[in-house]
Amino acid sequence: MAGATREWSRFDARERLFRIGGALVAVAVVVASWEWLDMSLQYVTTAPAQVGDLLGRMYPPDWGYLPNAVGPLAETIQIAVVGTIAAVAMAAPVAYITAENTTPNRATYALGKLIVTVSRSVHTIVWALLFVVMFGPGALAGTVATAVRSIGFLAKLLGEEIEEINFGQVEGIRAVGASPAQLLIYGIVPQIKPALVGLTVYRWDINVRAATILGFVGAGGIGVQLFEAIDSFAWRTVSALLFAILAVVLVSEGISAYARRKVR
Amino acid sequence: MLETEKLGKTYPTGDEALRDVSVRIDGREVVAMIGPSGAGKSTFVRCINRLVEPTTGSVRLDDTELTALDDDELRDARRNIGMVFQEYNLVERLTVMENVLSGRLGYVSNWAALRRNFPPEDVERAYELLDLVGLDDMENKRVDELSGGQRQRVGIARAVVQEPKILLADEPTSSLDPETSRDVMELLTDIAEDRDVPVLINIHEVDLAEAYADRILGLHAGELVFDGPASDLTEESKGVIYRGEEPPESAATDPDWLSGASDESSSRNGSNAGSDRVPAED
Amino acid sequence: MATESSSPTGSAGAADRRTWQRPTAFRSRRVKWLVYGIVLAVIAWSVTSLRITPGRFLSGFGYGYELINSMLPPETGQENLLRLADRMVETIAMAMVATVAGIGMSLPVAFGAAENISPRPTYYLSRGIISVSRAIDGLIVAIVAVIALGFGPLAGIVAISFKTIGFFSKLFAEDLEDIDMGGVEAVEATGASRFQTLVYGVVPQVVPRFAGLAVYRWDINIRSSTIVGIVGAGGVGVLLQRAYSRYEYDYVAAILVAIIAVVLVAEFVSAVVRRRVQ
Repeated sequence: MAGATREWSRFDARERLFRIGGALVAVAVVVASWEWLDMSLQYVTTAPAQVGDLLGRMYPPDWGYLPNAVGPLAETIQIAVVGTIAAVAMAAPVAYITAENTTPNRATYALGKLIVTVSRSVHTIVWALLFVVMFGPGALAGTVATAVRSIGFLAKLLGEEIEEINFGQVEGIRAVGASPAQLLIYGIVPQIKPALVGLTVYRWDINVRAATILGFVGAGGIGVQLFEAIDSFAWRTVSALLFAILAVVLVSEGISAYARRKVR
Repeated sequence: MLETEKLGKTYPTGDEALRDVSVRIDGREVVAMIGPSGAGKSTFVRCINRLVEPTTGSVRLDDTELTALDDDELRDARRNIGMVFQEYNLVERLTVMENVLSGRLGYVSNWAALRRNFPPEDVERAYELLDLVGLDDMENKRVDELSGGQRQRVGIARAVVQEPKILLADEPTSSLDPETSRDVMELLTDIAEDRDVPVLINIHEVDLAEAYADRILGLHAGELVFDGPASDLTEESKGVIYRGEEPPESAATDPDWLSGASDESSSRNGSNAGSDRVPAED
Repeated sequence: MATESSSPTGSAGAADRRTWQRPTAFRSRRVKWLVYGIVLAVIAWSVTSLRITPGRFLSGFGYGYELINSMLPPETGQENLLRLADRMVETIAMAMVATVAGIGMSLPVAFGAAENISPRPTYYLSRGIISVSRAIDGLIVAIVAVIALGFGPLAGIVAISFKTIGFFSKLFAEDLEDIDMGGVEAVEATGASRFQTLVYGVVPQVVPRFAGLAVYRWDINIRSSTIVGIVGAGGVGVLLQRAYSRYEYDYVAAILVAIIAVVLVAEFVSAVVRRRVQ
């Protein structure tokens, strides 16, 4: 090594191989995917024109329809509210057994992980399909679907928060002779409250968005109106509804962001 | 009066952290427990209020045999033992006042704890203690906004508001800079004097121990190898405590030297605590 | 609750007792109770309007039991599984193409939405595009795409690409806003053109984050790709919808298991790659 010209490169050989190899594999897979899908370029090239045509038929939005949308929009928000609260109630014990420092044993830990995985991997609309079979069409099925879908998200993040609990703070409270309930109230709740409130509000915001599509499988919310309008090619109604959905979603996003900033 | 008898702790891993430690602490003396890290200082202090469950021996506080209590009785007994921690162990997201008042949790209902509704005399006492530790006007600051020294003062206020019969301090200065460490030691010794309560401090800085304590306990590998007034702490005894050297002839042959001497020396120190304590070298 | 808090300053020895109330994060105690009241009212309103009664809820469990019975054991017939595998490959292919297309379209939007390098009008336009893309659920976009472009994977790709724009541009714009402008100025100072400044000053700083975000979005797109078929936009969702409408619940179960497996693998791959590139 001594005396040789020193070479510089950003990554060592193995790392570079990994990077180049990874990039090549990614490119190859994308090309292969395109081939597999066998889409003729003709469709692709006409797609912008067709989408443009559709947008043209959506203009101007039929604002007059919107009073009919107030009820369903309210129902969408209600589904998100109740679904989120139910999810928090169910996610709390799951979080408890999913956190490595509080789970009673390996079996409960595995169970917790399983619940989290299944809940998170199955999309709201699929849960809604299943719950429509159980509860019949309507907001109940949508609410349960929203709740079940949210459990995994909440339990996972809440579990991570529980893993972060500083037991020194709990020990400090224990040393003064506090009761178990006081340990919870004073030692543990203050540590997880910001995360609990923040995650709940955040998930509620996501759920408002998710609840707009439940109507497609008959599980309530604004989606019912939206898909009726689409089925009857009432495009100007569709665009008005889309604007209404946009407004509701943006407002709930604003509320959620504000609340999360406030809670520390 | 705190008395431990042949206190021992063996952890489930098989580590014997503490063996046959017998100590008696009385009056309003300031006792510093020194020893290398891993000697069992922290285990000893935590065994007293059973944050760590001792495996052998007994702990008595006045007329209560702490080691014989069930969970409910233990909680009541802990109200009489104030504890200050190395990492403060305050509830970081709560305010200074909430943390100080948490020292009174053992006397209020869960519902009152939830609403932070403490008796007015507790609140008044908490204010007085905040004045005492130099945190006046800070009661509504959140603890995570405070410096280390300020946090430790909150920790001390929380322990003192309990009106304990003994104050334990587990490495109260280890996370602090030297100057703040001296302030905290001074505060602890003042409290012992003013409130007539004995203070047991475990600490690894020998100079602080010598400067502030009336009496020194030396722990090596879980065994008590020194117990005497701070003035008796010689270079040899430090060698015994820190390097496990054989005790000098005279001491080794003196049966009182190891554990039996504690009665005598403690009563002596207890009575003199106020007068012959050496102030800090500042 | 309404005791007034006297000033705690001075007068330590005075006879008047100082009181204390927990400070509130809200502007005042009244605001606090107002907010709590509103939240409780919204919850009460939601529960009552949805008319969720224990009776309705419990009767559902009977059907639930039947549903689970008819799902177990999941379908294992070879023909159906082959069809499932075929659709699953299509699903992954859709996610791949949509990720590339979506990111391609995101780039200008991301640069436009980065406050530090974008002129004002472009900034607001880009932020608008991001908001719209994020607010409208992917399935709604997919339905509209199916109507505009017909059934099949193209509609799914368009829908997923559209959703990718909002997500990717938003997060990538944040990374662009975090770049060290000193480096950019240094390149500008050498007399580089605007494009050269971009290539030499900005791009090297954000490549690792770009790669990480791309893989993360790919993972999300795999998930989306499994369900857009429910509205006819290609992929394994088409099978799911068909099996569901024919009451073939055992096949539904098999498809769900396959979806969960693929989603987990994608999540794992994405996590590994992100750890390597960042």
